Parts: sequence; C-alpha cells; structure tokens
Amino acid sequence: MRFIEALLDIFTNPQFYKITLTASTPLIFASLGGVFSETTGVVNIALEGIMLMGAFFSVVFTQITGSPWLGVFLAIPIGMGMAWLHAWASIKWCGNQIVSGAALILIAQGVTGFLMEPIFGQPGQTDFVGKIAEIKIPGLCKVPFLGQAIGQINPLVIVAFASVFATWFLLYKTTLGLRMRAVGENPESADTLGINVYGIRYFGVIMSGVMASLGGSFLSVGEVGNFRELMTGGRGFIALAAMILGNWNPIGAMWASLLFGASEAMANQLQSSPILHVPATTKPLFNMFPFIVTLVVVAGLIGKTRPPAARLWPINFKVVLYSMFQPQQNLSSTCSRS
Amino acid sequence: MPPSLGGIELDKEYAVVMKGITKRFPGVLANDHVDLFVEKGEIHAIVGENGAGKTTLMNQLYGLLHPDEGEIYVFGKKVHFKGPREAIEHGIGMVHQHFMLVDNLTVAENVVLGSETKKGFLFDLNEARKVVKDLSEKYGLLVDVDAKIEDIPVGMQQRVEIIKTLYRGAEILILDEPTAVLTPQEAEELFEILRRLKKSGKTIIFISHKLNEVMEISDNVTVMRLGKVTGRLKTSETNPKEIARLTDNVTVMRLGKVTGRLKTSETNPKEIARLMVGRDVVLRVEKESKEPGDVVFEVKDLWVKDNRGLDAVKGVSLKVRRGEIVGIAGVAGNGQTELVEAITGLRKVEKGKIIFDGIDVTGFSPRELRDMGMAHIPEDRLKYGLIVEYPAYYNLILGRHHRFPFSESNFLNKRFILKNAEDLFEEFDIRPRKPEMLGGNFSGGNQQKIVVARELSHEPKFMVISQPTRGLDVGAIEFIHKTILRMRARNVGILLISMELEEIFSLSDRILVIYEGEIMGETRPEETTFEKVGLMMAGHRLEEVER
Amino acid sequence: MRPDSRIWSFVVPIAAVILALMIASIVILLIGKNPVVAYEALIKGAFGGRQAIADTIIKTTPLILTGLAVGFGFRAGVFNIGAEGQMIMGALIATVVGINLGGVPPVIAIPVTMLIGMLAGAGWAAIAGYLKAKTGAHEVVSTIMLNWIATYLSSYMVTEPLAVGSGTPKSPEIAESAKLPPLLTIGATEMTSGIIIAIVAAIIMYIILEKTTTGYEVKAAGFNPYAAEYGGISISKNITMSMAISGALAGLAGALEVMGVHHRFLGTLSGGKGFDGISVALIGQNHPIGIMFAAFLMASLRTGSNEMQFVGVPKHIIMIIQGIVIFLVAADRIVRTILIRKKKVRS
Repeated sequence: MRFIEALLDIFTNPQFYKITLTASTPLIFASLGGVFSETTGVVNIALEGIMLMGAFFSVVFTQITGSPWLGVFLAIPIGMGMAWLHAWASIKWCGNQIVSGAALILIAQGVTGFLMEPIFGQPGQTDFVGKIAEIKIPGLCKVPFLGQAIGQINPLVIVAFASVFATWFLLYKTTLGLRMRAVGENPESADTLGINVYGIRYFGVIMSGVMASLGGSFLSVGEVGNFRELMTGGRGFIALAAMILGNWNPIGAMWASLLFGASEAMANQLQSSPILHVPATTKPLFNMFPFIVTLVVVAGLIGKTRPPAARLWPINFKVVLYSMFQPQQNLSSTCSRS
Repeated sequence: MPPSLGGIELDKEYAVVMKGITKRFPGVLANDHVDLFVEKGEIHAIVGENGAGKTTLMNQLYGLLHPDEGEIYVFGKKVHFKGPREAIEHGIGMVHQHFMLVDNLTVAENVVLGSETKKGFLFDLNEARKVVKDLSEKYGLLVDVDAKIEDIPVGMQQRVEIIKTLYRGAEILILDEPTAVLTPQEAEELFEILRRLKKSGKTIIFISHKLNEVMEISDNVTVMRLGKVTGRLKTSETNPKEIARLTDNVTVMRLGKVTGRLKTSETNPKEIARLMVGRDVVLRVEKESKEPGDVVFEVKDLWVKDNRGLDAVKGVSLKVRRGEIVGIAGVAGNGQTELVEAITGLRKVEKGKIIFDGIDVTGFSPRELRDMGMAHIPEDRLKYGLIVEYPAYYNLILGRHHRFPFSESNFLNKRFILKNAEDLFEEFDIRPRKPEMLGGNFSGGNQQKIVVARELSHEPKFMVISQPTRGLDVGAIEFIHKTILRMRARNVGILLISMELEEIFSLSDRILVIYEGEIMGETRPEETTFEKVGLMMAGHRLEEVER
Repeated sequence: MRPDSRIWSFVVPIAAVILALMIASIVILLIGKNPVVAYEALIKGAFGGRQAIADTIIKTTPLILTGLAVGFGFRAGVFNIGAEGQMIMGALIATVVGINLGGVPPVIAIPVTMLIGMLAGAGWAAIAGYLKAKTGAHEVVSTIMLNWIATYLSSYMVTEPLAVGSGTPKSPEIAESAKLPPLLTIGATEMTSGIIIAIVAAIIMYIILEKTTTGYEVKAAGFNPYAAEYGGISISKNITMSMAISGALAGLAGALEVMGVHHRFLGTLSGGKGFDGISVALIGQNHPIGIMFAAFLMASLRTGSNEMQFVGVPKHIIMIIQGIVIFLVAADRIVRTILIRKKKVRS
C-alpha cells in the first residue's frame, strides 16, 4: 500500500518528469545515432564507447577553452573519428561489426582512463570544469506544474528533441534518406542504380558518432560538469535497445528512450522517496531497475519489429545465391566471400 | 561504324554490336570471342542452356562486368562502361533474373531511386507517383504505385523493373530469363508488353533457354553454347530443332514441350510434331509404367502460415503412394515452400494432419521424421542442404550423425564417417574425390549430388524433393533425374516440387497444381498439356480448364 | 576458404598483437614517456622473478576460463558478452555455499562449490540463451543488461546481507574446506591449483567440440542454423545449451577466484575479466590451445601493467592495446593485406 502511495507521490511530482527528460536525453541522442547507422545497414554497438569519448573530451575542451558549449562542439570530431574507425573496419574491410564495436568500446574506456592523469593529474574523476547552464523558457516558468517540470531546462534537451524531428525529416522526406533506407535494405540493388553505397554507409556511421558524442557530452558537461571514469554506465546499450524497441524509427526511438529514461527517474525517485524511507544500502537494487526494464522490453518485443534487411551481414544471402548464376559481380557495395 | 564481318549487312542500323567479347573467370571461359549484332527496333533472343554464357555477356553490355577482350558499340558509338550508371546514360536498361528491388519501399520509390524526382533537396513523392502512373499507362504496365514491393506479386514486380528502365530513358531493354517466374499466361501478357514496346521503337534483348518462347517473340536469334556463339539465325527462317541442335545435341531430346500456342506460320509443323513425338517416345522408354503401392504419405486439409503470419497453405490434401512420383507444379511463391517446410517439420502446422506410414506425424520434428524414413532434398541447397564450412564427410552424415555407427555414446566415430563418405563419393561419382574438402568448395552440381547422396543413404520410404535441378548443367540434371527414377523403381514414394514444367511432366505419375496455397486440380501428364497446367498455375481450377 | 587459412589463423593474431604494441607505443610517446622503458617495465612486471610469474599464472586462470566461455559461444554462433555477469554470479553463489560448508571434508566441499558456481553461471547465461531462442532477442543486448544486473545485485549483497568488516565491501570468508589448495607458495603469494582446473577445462572443451556429437551439433548450429535445423538439430535447445555451457565456464572462473585467490567475494570481484575473455577468445581464434596462449599473454599484460604504472604509464594502456588487438582481429583483412604487402616488398 505504501508502495502505491509512493508511486502516486512520484507521478504527481514535477521533479520526476524533469529527471525523466534529463535521463532520456543521452539515450535519445545515442539511439538516433543507432538509427543513422543501422538504417544504412551497419550495426554500431560502439555507441557506448563513443559516448564515453564525447563525455571525456567535452570536459577536456571545456577545461581548455573555458566554455562548455565549445567543449561540446569540439568533442564532436572525436566522436566522428571513432565512428569512422568503425566504418572503416566494417565497410571497407568487411570486418565483424559486433567485434569491431566491442573493440572500440574497450579503446574508448582505455583512452579516457589513460588520459586522466596526464591531463587532469588525478585518476577516477576530474574536478568541476563547467556546465551548460539551464535556460528559462519565457512564459512557461509561471505555469504551475509544467513550469516546474520543464520551465527551466538544459538547452541540450531541446537540441535532442529537435534532432529527433530533424532525423525523421531527413530519412523520410529527402532523397538522401530514401537512399539510406534503400542501402540498408538491399545494397546490391542500390549499387546497380548508381548509388554510392560506401559513401552512404560511411555517412550513416559517422553521423552515429556525432549523435553519440552529443549524448556523452550531455552526461558530463550538460548534467554534472565533470567527468568520471566509465560514467556512461551502459547507456549506450540501453540506447541500442531503445532503437530496436522504436523499430529503427527516430520517433519510435524517442518514445523508447523516454520509457527507459522514466525507469531511471523512477528508480531515482523511489530511492529518495519520503514515503518509503529506503536505506542507502539498497541503492544498488534500484540501479538495477532500468536494466531489468530494458531486458524485459527487448525480450518481449523482438518478434514484432522489422530491422533493415542488410543489417549486420556485409554479405546478403541473396548475393550468395545470385553469385551461383553469375560467378563474379562488380558489387562494390558488398564484400565477397573470399 | 560497326566493323564489317562476313555475311552481315552493313546497311542495317544496329542498336548494339559486341565484337570479339572474351571474359574469363577462375577456371572457366565464360565468353569465347562472342560476336553479337542487335538491330535497332528488333526483339533479339539469346538462347542457350544454363552455363552457356548468356547472362555474362549481357552483364558486360550493362556495365556490371568488364570484358577481358573485345569491343562494344551502342548505336554506332564505341563504349566502355565503368558501371551500370554509364550504361543507363547510353539508354540501356536491364531486368535481371533476380529482381533488384528494395522490399520495404513502394513501387514509386523503387522506380525513381537513384534518379529521384526532387523539389530542392526534398524528395518529391507525388511527382514520382505521377511519373510512374504515366509510364504505366503509356506502356500498359499495370502497377500499384503506392504498394510496397514486399506486398506485390512477382508479375507486378517484374513490371516495376521494366518501368524502372523506361523511367531512365532506356531505348535498349535487356531481359534475363523473364518468364522463369511467370505462368504461361503471364508470359503471354509479357510478350504483349514487349510487342508494344517494340512498336514504340524500343530494342529488346531477350535471354532464354525456352525455345518455344524464342520462336514466338523474337525476330532474330543468337545461339550460344559453352561460351561460344554457335549460330545466328533469323527466327522466321528457322525452327526449334535447328536451334536446339546448335545449343546442345543431347538437348534435342530434352526440349521444352512445344505448346499449342506456337506461331505455326513461322515454323514447320512437321518439325514440331516430330519433336514432340520424339520426346514422348524417349520419355516412355525412360519411365517404365508402374503400379504404385499403398499410400505411404498423406496430408489432410493442411493449413500453414508464412513468415508474415498470412495463410500460405490453405487446406491442401494429397496422397503419395509407394513407387509413385507426385509432382506439384506452381509458380514460386504460391505456398510450395511453406508446404514443404510443414511436411518436413520445419514449420508449424496450424490446422490439419500429416500421416506418414500410417502414423499421425503432425508436429513431429525433423529428426523424428527422418528417423521414421523421410528424406528431404531442399530447394535451397546452400541455405538448408549443406553446411559449407563443414567438410563433405561431415555433410554426408547430417541428419544421421547422432545414430550408430557414426556416433556412440556421444562420441563420433571418425572411421565410419570417412568410410561412409568414400562409399558415397564412389556411388554417386562426386568430384573431386576429396571427402575432406569443404562443402562450399564443390561445384553446384556436385553439391547437389552430396545432398542427394546423403538423403538417399538414409534409405527413405518417402522423399520430398524441391527444385532439384535449379542452376545445374545438363549433365547434372540428367543424373539427378535418373536417380529420382531409380528411387521410384525401388518403391520409394516421392513428392516432387518444381517450377520447371518439363521436369514435372517428364518425371511425375500424377500432377497437382498449387495456386495461392490451394490445389487447383490433379491430373496426369499423358492426359493434359502445358497449356492446361499453365492455366491452373494461374488460378483456374481443373473443371474450368477442362471445359 | 584458402588452403593456408590454418596458417593465417595463427599468424593474424600474433601480427595483430605486434601492431597493437607498436600503435600503443605511439600513444605512450604522446604523453611524453619512453615506450621502450615502458615495455621493459611490462616484461619485468610479468616475468621478473618468481613472484611475478606466480602472479601472472594466477591471473591466467580466470582468463582461460572466460576465454573458453566466449570462444565456445562464438563456435556455437552466439556472442556471449555476458561472461562478466556470469562470472560474478558464479562467484557470488559459490561464496554463499562456500561459507556454509564448514564441517564438510574438502573432497566433497571443493567439487560441490565449483559445481554450484558453474551452475549459477550457466543459469545466468541460460536466461539470455532462452530469450534468444524463444524471442530472437539479440544476446548482445540481453547479456549486457544481465551483466549490470549481476553487478548491482552482488554489490547489494556484499553491502547488506553478506557484509563483513569495513572498507571495501566484502563477504565473510568461505570455509577452510572449500578453499582450493595452493600449488606453490612464493613469499606472500599462493599460486592456486586453479590453473590446473582451467587447463583441464580447455582440454575438455577441445574434446567436446572436436570429438563428440554435441560438438558436431553445436558447430553446425553456429555455422548454419538453417541447415542444422533441417538436419534434425534443435536450434532453440542448442542456443540455450551453448549459452549455458559458456556461462558455466565463466561461472567456474568466478568460483575459482573465490576459492583459490580471495577466499571471499571481494568488492566487484570481476574487474573486467569477463571482457578480457572476449579478447582472449578472439586472439586465440576460439581454439582451446590458442585461448590458453592468449590468456597467458593477457595475464602477462595485466601483471606487467602494474609495473608500468611506476614508470608513469597508466595501466589503461593495456585496455587500449587489447582494444586495438580485437579491432585488428575483427577486421583481419587489414592485417592480412599489410602482411601480404610486406611479403611483396621483400620479394
């Protein structure tokens, strides 16, 4: 009974919604990144690692330039660079995309930890360097409840939601988006039509780097103003789950990210609930909550979603069959089985 | 100006001239100094058996491949295409055997993809729809512009491919085995479209191995055999037998049965008749008449769903007796695949019963069915039939690997496994004689032999055989057919599913036709014709067709 | 596949490691340190003296097992990133059992604790396996979720119910009889007999994969699930079972850490050994023998990295090296092309 009381208390607390938005923002960014990459047919599980790099380097650049906004911007090329590595290994060298992604996560964790001492002089976490200030939305502040929830908000949150619509527009209303979707579904066909499959895939993956970097930057410079080792805490993977749950659609990914963000906010609020009086030592149990939610969602949903057909396999099975009849193909878009 | 070549009139205008084209692949000379002359505004057929080099030749015209030697002229101008984009710019369009369409996009989106209708940098979908509708009306190519490719039937998909080429201004259309996926009636509709295209000035190159179609639709024929051109004929001055002799001597006996729709004014009826009788005679000798035994396998009112949850098999019932071959004819995508998967335990049965050797086996697993004596030669040997990363000797025990003598208390007995492989390699003449070689390194024909050898070594009572000779050369086809007849002689019940009517007619004792998951009718090869079966394949029931 | 692919599968990982070390030396230079000095320290830390070698061998044990876990999974066609969580669960449950085995003779206590650890790991992995088999849920996402759940769960267990003492959260010690007897004692370091168990496990894995029907089926399902199902192999059973075996190996790693090294569940215990298992499996090309060598290599890197800290190179360099190696192994064509070009230049 007390539990229901506590839940009601949380749902009527504007803080809950504000925390949901902040928790969802990095997920929205990263899941959009996943959409970009996977729409063109490349699986990118390195989002976790790119987010980490984005978080770290935006702190570095904030320290150097004094401006958190500059920190965010300058971190983006780093994210693009990491993503480029993944694209290079997967597209040009037809490497195993999952393994390449895992490698990049390790490299990211290594590099960010490695550079802590040389740059900041201490391991573990940095000092406060600067934070992107919240802005007040004029007019909204005075509105009861809504004003407390979103009247004062981090501008990156707005950027995140704007990105959702920008991504949707790109994918469904422009020729580039049409080609991206074609490449992810049937790269061989796109190739015969003269579409630059390589180029489009590179674009998709590098954009995922941009997005993931923004997501990571929000975690550090947007929320807390410093960097802590491994601060992404698995969010890159939750973002992947959000992308799957959202059926590889930007708007769907947004809703899914909001769901996962809400579960994190819920865990957070339950812990500090004045009604439940949760002891500090049970904190870890609440931290588990978003991951359990993700697990349940991923398990329950998979039959009903439709991934891009060319996802993950540089070789399409149709190509293998096709090549039975024509021994050699100028299929520059796919990797031959040699 | 195209170069002169003995016997070719230079006053004609040529759309395409290919001279001295040579193309090599590792281990095979696909095109051997091939010359091709296609007049402007004609329908030109390239004929030959599987493996003759026809598709390779056209892929070079389309820029997908580059010739090792030789020259190509399009409308009198020498060209060297680096890729399809250039070929398209020169007015060449190609419709491949396997369609190059994007499943989750609509018809309109597919047609304009790559050369999209734009409003600034935005994709103008409405303009695309309009353009496609206009083309569709102009050439009589019926399509639903807003439907997704994955939802439309194969015939419409083909029309989308043709509109794609017309949208890009194709003046020369190449069609690679276009009727492979169509019923005889749909093929006729296609021919009407081709005639209309010809009337509006297009040039058409038509690859086929079906002589009757070639006789019907083309103006000139180039015959290829094993990479070389063996004849260049004017259709009106030749006949199927002559063409056949130029494709392959053995094939004369194996020609597509000539249908009643042949343009008799352009061929010699005597030749055709002799061809028909000649083949029938050979058939009757090959396939001995046999009294089938009792029913070994039965399906009662079977309902099966496809991958998208729609009904693919709708209340099918059939019986197969020992020593009998029951052939199921039908165009791809009418439920045959799902039927076979349900029968062999690879797909769930929604309703109905399967009875094998008197026992209700509905819902049995593949292992249980195999243990009971059912064998399955799958339609996709690379996907289902073989594990390409396993050596042949491992492939040859797949399905029985858990039983004695190959396995004893979970340990594999290498000695027996290798001996089994040696024996089967010998019996089925699988080459090269290297059982340790990986499955993926054998040729298509030998891979199929491995699958057949393995399935027969189960000593089955009942076999399901699906598209057994797809993509195989003449020699392998003959071997597989002889093997199937041998099993029939040994009293095995056989269910044969094939899209090749010739194969169905020559092997089956009874023929069933499947259309959209239902059986349209049952008949016998000696009591029916290709035309009637074709009508059933297009959705007419036996009673209608018999009238 | 090329006829010389066996040679490639041997050469590529070694070349990848060498390339990674070269790239890492550039990184070391960037922070103003001398790579030669750094690598000298690395070798000294790993092999300089009996204590160091003992340390390295101690570290090799869990790596062999997590490497086998991931490698076995790969052969079966599943990507088990969950070795981390499975190891934690194995360790946790083994601890709980081990604490309560007070009066039981070691002959029973030790195998029982090991077995329970294996079962815990197997069960944890089987969750992901079952989900994949039934719903097609991709095991990468589900195992990673399970990793985090395991981490937080164990973290809670050692701060509340099982907590003892102060400082780093830890559980009570396990009973004497459940502790693994050491092979050697060098100074303060006891080198446990866990290494023997790990090697035995590698041999058993080899036998299972190459000599048994189960191995035939597992590999078949990994290569081509369609053909395997057609051939009568139950794919859903296979996936679940393969994940379970994989998890059992990781769980054993955790149990041995508790039984042989710490004698209790300490802090977060795992410290990334599950992810190391991925590197080990990839470098070892999923082959038990390769895995043993790769595990030894990784362990030496880890032990040596402590020494590297003393010359001012943070030990995260090891993660970078690992990451580069895995990257190059994933895109092994890069390595092959480089090697082929070098050959051509020479000839």
